[in-house]
Amino acid sequence: MPEARPRWTMRLGRRLSEALLTLPSFAWLALFFLVPTLLVFVLAFRPADPFGGIGRGWTLATVRALADPQYLAIAWRTLWVSLASTALCMLLAVPTGYAVARASPRRRNLLLMLVIVPFWTSFLIRVFAWKTILHPEGFLKKALVLLGLADANASLLYNLGAVVLVTVYTFLPFAILPIYAAAEKFDYRLIEAARDLGARPFQAFRRVFLPGVRQGLVTAILVVFIPALGSYVVPDLVGGTESEMLGNKIAQRVFVDRNLPLAGGLSIVLILAVLTPLLAVLALQRQAAAPTAGGEP
Amino acid sequence: MKRSRFPFVMTGVVLVFFYLPILILVVESFNSSRFGGAWRGFSLRWYGRLFHEPAIWESARNTLLIAVVVTFISLALGTTAALALHRFGRSRLQRVHYTLVYTPLVVPEILMGISLLMAFVAAGVSLGLGTIVLAHVTFCISYVALTVLGRLQDFDFAIIEAARDLGATGWTATRRVLLPMLAPGLAAAGLIAFTLSVDDFVITFFVAGPGATTLPIRVYSMIKHGATPLINALSTLLLALTFGTVLVSQHLTASKAIQSIPPE
Repeated sequence: MPEARPRWTMRLGRRLSEALLTLPSFAWLALFFLVPTLLVFVLAFRPADPFGGIGRGWTLATVRALADPQYLAIAWRTLWVSLASTALCMLLAVPTGYAVARASPRRRNLLLMLVIVPFWTSFLIRVFAWKTILHPEGFLKKALVLLGLADANASLLYNLGAVVLVTVYTFLPFAILPIYAAAEKFDYRLIEAARDLGARPFQAFRRVFLPGVRQGLVTAILVVFIPALGSYVVPDLVGGTESEMLGNKIAQRVFVDRNLPLAGGLSIVLILAVLTPLLAVLALQRQAAAPTAGGEP
Repeated sequence: MKRSRFPFVMTGVVLVFFYLPILILVVESFNSSRFGGAWRGFSLRWYGRLFHEPAIWESARNTLLIAVVVTFISLALGTTAALALHRFGRSRLQRVHYTLVYTPLVVPEILMGISLLMAFVAAGVSLGLGTIVLAHVTFCISYVALTVLGRLQDFDFAIIEAARDLGATGWTATRRVLLPMLAPGLAAAGLIAFTLSVDDFVITFFVAGPGATTLPIRVYSMIKHGATPLINALSTLLLALTFGTVLVSQHLTASKAIQSIPPE
């Protein structure tokens, strides 16, 4: 943007017009995003009241409840499921993003459209579709039993595998798009050069292409890993009691025990889990270059 | 030089992975069998049954009402945010502002849901359609702001100066020049806000309270209580609606998409 300001803002008073334009969204987000998030850290130390509200006074009941080893196991599982889902998403998203970027322009638009449509499709419906397929009477189970790949008594639903599979299914479009965006800008003559210099195809891919689309890879990892940490619907609908994640526990404390402070305490654990990868990436990026504002979500 | 076919094969696999479940769901919605699995003949009975479920239509009406209100409020707040970020992007205030706009995008939904619920309960606000609107606007502002900001970066502000030089007041220049030129971006942003609001389940579930039901909450309880054929039919209707929406949005951005195709 040029440094010389147009006259129309000068006349209004730069400061005043900035304040007027900033105030509505700033105030709204401060009131309904920032304050509630900070409030969780305060209200976790309040006692629960028996009617599902938040009592008066202060207590360490939440901290004591969080020391229960079941929560450590669940936090560990949450991390593990999110990592596995992210890794699988990347395995599928990197070749797909590359292929879409290298397709002919006409084909590329069609492929892009096909990737974007699930992105717009109702999340609940996509989870439900898998619940139908994995159902004991469902399509996949019958096919696997027919092929002799599964035991007739085996359950495809209500286990960790189903949670990872459906998590990958729901988040994959979000991983493909940033990788495609980076792969589209990549200069493929670099790969030809590497090949001319004697690199094998996989070597050229790993040593030239992957570093070249690093920004897309980082974004893709974050947009899968962070929401996966906060999963609630997927483990709730296709997982069993052995595949519960932090999100399920938060929801149970809210809707079953009606213990809001403890739900808040569990969300603090989740907030810390989310902040760790985010701050790590921010620190790495600060080293690389100053981020530019904007872009499509 | 020969290119590896592997990525293209993988893309085919991914597309089958994406669409096979949706296809099965659509086919099952026309299956007259109550339990799915075995095909018992083509039937529209589940669609017919859908029309005798007043609870679904009431929740659909709530969802539409909420989405319309949310779209207008978040368009207003998100557009002013984008204008501020674009024109004053280098000030310290805008750096804080940008962080505040950007952060909700990377926060898992359940955290936004629980923190808003706790804040509403602590403040004594009664839960219902009103709190759902407040929550939806909060996550839609960011999407609107970043979408409009993307459009503003292609915008030539010299045109506004020209309008001012020709005697237009600041307000006239905004209304007659800036807004019409921003219209496609605003339409795209509004569509995103509308879709997000219609589709949101997690945050809505937390802040809805016992009385207010939206369509996703209804669908969720149907899934939980096993009304399978009805959800198949309802999902197929919603999928048709989504595909229509995507076509409309492609149309809105069509001119831009054509420009982005490089000559062969």
